[in-house]
Amino acid sequence: MLKIILMIISTVLVNNFVLAKFLGICPFLGVSRKTETAVGMGMSVVFVVTLATAMTWLVQTLVLNRFDIQYMQTIVFILVIAGLVQFVEMVLQKTSPGLHQALGIYLPLITTNCVVLGVAVLAVQNEYTFVESLIYSVGASVGFALALVLFAGLRERLALAEIPESLEGTAIALVTTGLLALAFMGFAGLVK
Amino acid sequence: MTTLLRDLVNGIWKENPVFRLVLGMCSTLAITTQAKNAIGMGLAVTFVLVCSNVLISAMRSVIPDKVRLACFIVIVATFVTIVDLVMAGFFFELHKAMGIFIPLIVVNCIILGRAEAFASKNPILNSFLDGIGMGIGYTLAILIVGCIRELLGSGSVFGISVFGPRYIPFLLAVLPPGAFIALGLLLGFMNKVNKKLAM
Repeated sequence: MLKIILMIISTVLVNNFVLAKFLGICPFLGVSRKTETAVGMGMSVVFVVTLATAMTWLVQTLVLNRFDIQYMQTIVFILVIAGLVQFVEMVLQKTSPGLHQALGIYLPLITTNCVVLGVAVLAVQNEYTFVESLIYSVGASVGFALALVLFAGLRERLALAEIPESLEGTAIALVTTGLLALAFMGFAGLVK
Repeated sequence: MTTLLRDLVNGIWKENPVFRLVLGMCSTLAITTQAKNAIGMGLAVTFVLVCSNVLISAMRSVIPDKVRLACFIVIVATFVTIVDLVMAGFFFELHKAMGIFIPLIVVNCIILGRAEAFASKNPILNSFLDGIGMGIGYTLAILIVGCIRELLGSGSVFGISVFGPRYIPFLLAVLPPGAFIALGLLLGFMNKVNKKLAM
């Protein structure tokens, strides 16, 4: 139990995927203008990453390892993820139109979100068991969502601030992210 | 001839993937702690970019419009796998330093972006030059970031000491927050230069 808690703290706060591992920067900068959209994107990512990691873990153990074709990993994983995202979108459309309306526009973007592929590959590289992979993926994606929502809040404030002309837009967003990352470094001592 | 030249130069300054289009940020931030890694990443991305641009351009009339993104991803992933295996075989140290970011070239927005915006609409030669230009632009950009961070963070460039042994390293530059701040300030600087040039 302690191991699980430590793993979650480690992935959400200490080794935050956006702020310490530089994964998923594109959507992080892209959909963080409003807190509302950030929450939507964050929820979609948690959902897809967890599903995708479970799928890719099964594919890795049942197919790639059994037939000794680990070198196909990148191609197979990205296809599984792309297929999964399409599938999730279709299922949501049929079963819960409300949720689909809330998450729909973010889903296609998630295929090219490096968090998804990154977590899938890292879970295999670290040789996690199935349950560990699941916890790892939940932690990683919740960390992404947390950073995204926090940053969206900062950015809403930033829109009202007076910024030197040439730093407007992405430049000041990156500097702000740097300060947020600096704040997150304060968690560094929590987990060894 | 002039359009060919324009396609080549386009990616280096006017549409520089990092400074102007702000694409491919993950690898730009993550592996630029040293100038050496930046060169390695730049070459790997350039190779994948040129190969996938040429192949996608050659197959642009065969690929059905509806499944084009899936086709692009498979083509890109194939070349990334080639790069991954070649680097693991011949440049083991570099491969280890770049780690997870080699398979992640697949989802680098620059490559898919060029496939969608350029290679799927233009002839092979133009796409080849576009790939080369974008690749050079990307490599130059991350090399600049890499040099700055290595210079401040460890007082050297390409492992060669610049400030001498008495330099006290500015650790923040090689830590994650330093990457964000350095790139942000650099983007601001580029914006300013661009505005001066436009006047």
